[in-house]
Amino acid sequence: MSTPLLTAPQVGVHLDLVVADSSYQAAGIRELVLRHPGRAILPSFAPGSHIVIECEGHTNAYSLTGSGDFPEEYRISVLYCPDGRGGSAAVHRLMHGEQVRVSAPRSAFPPVANARRHLLIAGGIGITPMVSHLRAAAEWGRDAELLYSYRPGQGAHLADVQALCGSSPGLSLSEFTNRRSFRAGLAEALRRQPLGTHLYVCGPQAFMDTVIAEARAACWPESRLHLEAFGSAELDAGRPFSVRLGRSGRSVAVPSGVSLLDALDRVGVTMPRLCRQGVCGECVVPVKAGRPEHRDLFLSDAEKSANSAIMCCVSRSLDPELELDL
Amino acid sequence: MKRFPFPFPHDAYRYSANIEPALTRAETAAGAWGDTVLEVDGDYRVELAERRAILQSDPSRMALLDHMRPAAWDALVLLLETLAQQYPRDMAFERSGRSCRWVNRLLDEERDFVLGDDSSLPGGPLAYASSQVQEDIVLLDQREDALWLDAGVVTFAADWSMGFDVGMRFLEVHGPVPRIHEEQIISRAQHFIMRLQPGRNYRRTNWTMTVGRRLDTSTETYPEWGPDRVSIVDDPELPERLHLRVEVQHLIRLPRSGAVMFLVRTYLASLAEVATIPAWRDRLGKVLAELPQDMADYKGISRYREAASDWLLGV
Ligand code: HEM
Ligand code: FES
Repeated sequence: MSTPLLTAPQVGVHLDLVVADSSYQAAGIRELVLRHPGRAILPSFAPGSHIVIECEGHTNAYSLTGSGDFPEEYRISVLYCPDGRGGSAAVHRLMHGEQVRVSAPRSAFPPVANARRHLLIAGGIGITPMVSHLRAAAEWGRDAELLYSYRPGQGAHLADVQALCGSSPGLSLSEFTNRRSFRAGLAEALRRQPLGTHLYVCGPQAFMDTVIAEARAACWPESRLHLEAFGSAELDAGRPFSVRLGRSGRSVAVPSGVSLLDALDRVGVTMPRLCRQGVCGECVVPVKAGRPEHRDLFLSDAEKSANSAIMCCVSRSLDPELELDL
Repeated sequence: MKRFPFPFPHDAYRYSANIEPALTRAETAAGAWGDTVLEVDGDYRVELAERRAILQSDPSRMALLDHMRPAAWDALVLLLETLAQQYPRDMAFERSGRSCRWVNRLLDEERDFVLGDDSSLPGGPLAYASSQVQEDIVLLDQREDALWLDAGVVTFAADWSMGFDVGMRFLEVHGPVPRIHEEQIISRAQHFIMRLQPGRNYRRTNWTMTVGRRLDTSTETYPEWGPDRVSIVDDPELPERLHLRVEVQHLIRLPRSGAVMFLVRTYLASLAEVATIPAWRDRLGKVLAELPQDMADYKGISRYREAASDWLLGV
């Protein structure tokens, strides 16, 4: 009961977890159970959320399949992709007890709260975000229907979704193990939904393209179609660059992953700041030469193309060096 | 006055997207504030009693569109967890599965409830949350590339109305505010809020002025407080009666529901109290004297702001 909670404000960008358990959901699909080493309760998350895992130099995003409410563990299911960038292979090699660094959960594929009904469509490993959608739908008594297309014998989380759909009268499941029956089932399901239904699709790109094309053909409005895109609100670390301070002639290196604001701080040049998100406008620095890589929301388009100012909390440089009026 | 969130960094005030990370301590001439999200102070019981009375006589101060029920529970849990962490001697929150136990010694309350079961708490999760924190609570749903004010309990509004604004978009809610649309302040703020992540909370301050130590200046009660705006001008007790009203607003992404929680905490300090800190006296006097007319009109302080700045600046 008195388990420590990893809620705000302690949560940073990363969580260091250990692999507590693992199993095969299907051939080539490994499920990992990640826990906090001190067994703390992990940050809660919205249905459809993912975490980003750093593993052997690769970073990959995976949907969380467990309950997002007060979780003691995070569960992910990873399909081994021999011709991928290697991230999945590294995750498949992780051993029990091994530490992994993961991002805090990020929500980019949530259910629409006021939807009348939710039509969830999963192809293969695309089932993973739908599992947490179904859990939440069961919990809150929402109406949801899952169309699940998988290769025979390859249905990850099949038992989970069957149990969830059996647990609540508002939930139903249709399974498909060949393309033709899926296309027929999809067409029928798209026609049958009441007005106000939202559609969510996740799976291989070609699968998602097919579903979206069919839905458009059936006159579904764009605002009711949702694709899992593993979108990330986090800015990337960016390339290293340097700045020359025009007034002193001094040069300051800005490594990848360090903001210009922080790099200036380190050499004792402190700029005002509030948001550190490129929104508030406090940290503006005049630029004398070079082209900034504008990543802020503060400067107008005209100001950005004039290249005469940079918001140093988020923006970087397109050129190897920028000259600042500091 | 030590923890009063004096909001003016300069001698002139303009709207800006003044959003900063929460929990950063802000030093002022009198002390500091901002190291907590929720703040329980000496007026805790008085303000909660006032909120209860307001809700009883005017239930429209609370709104909860049906699809916001999960968000209301999410908000309640986060608020109780935060209170318990902040005030462990007076408050405790425990949960096992969906069964929860909340202890609040300041209110002499001990309550067992079941997450998701509205009938297990008096008034349901949102009303109950608002009976435990001094902050007003607004919950925004995010959909169709916009934020919607779909729930809240707001008893201490600075001349607006929860009942009127419920169901509106964030941009519509800010429709009456001058300048912020042309300057794209509000569209930038919306863009920012829509990308807010759980656990990374932000805050801002806002301010206006109120005659009397009056928290409820909602549009609904305008007939009760509106006329004071005129009578205050020649009142010899202006320094005691006229208050600087500062709101500390927090922006919090709720982890489970994905809704945004907007908390508004209102602090009042009379001009006489402000004047005990010389730097504040001078700063507020200059801000009031300099404030552009359209902003003063919008804030409803035009009639008396000169009288106030004259007194503060000793003119
Ligand atoms: C997300 C939650 C927010 C809600 C629910 C909210 C709501 C409101 C409401 C109801 C008003 C009164 C409008 C009226 O006169 O009818 C207002 C005023 C205002 N809001 Fe917000 N607001 C939010 C966030 C923000 C943010 C992030 C900014 C930052 C840029 C902002 C800037 C303002 C300004 C400048 C005013 C005018 C205040 C004055 O001069 O007294 N608001 N807001
Ligand atoms: S600190 Fe706010 S824009 Fe840079």
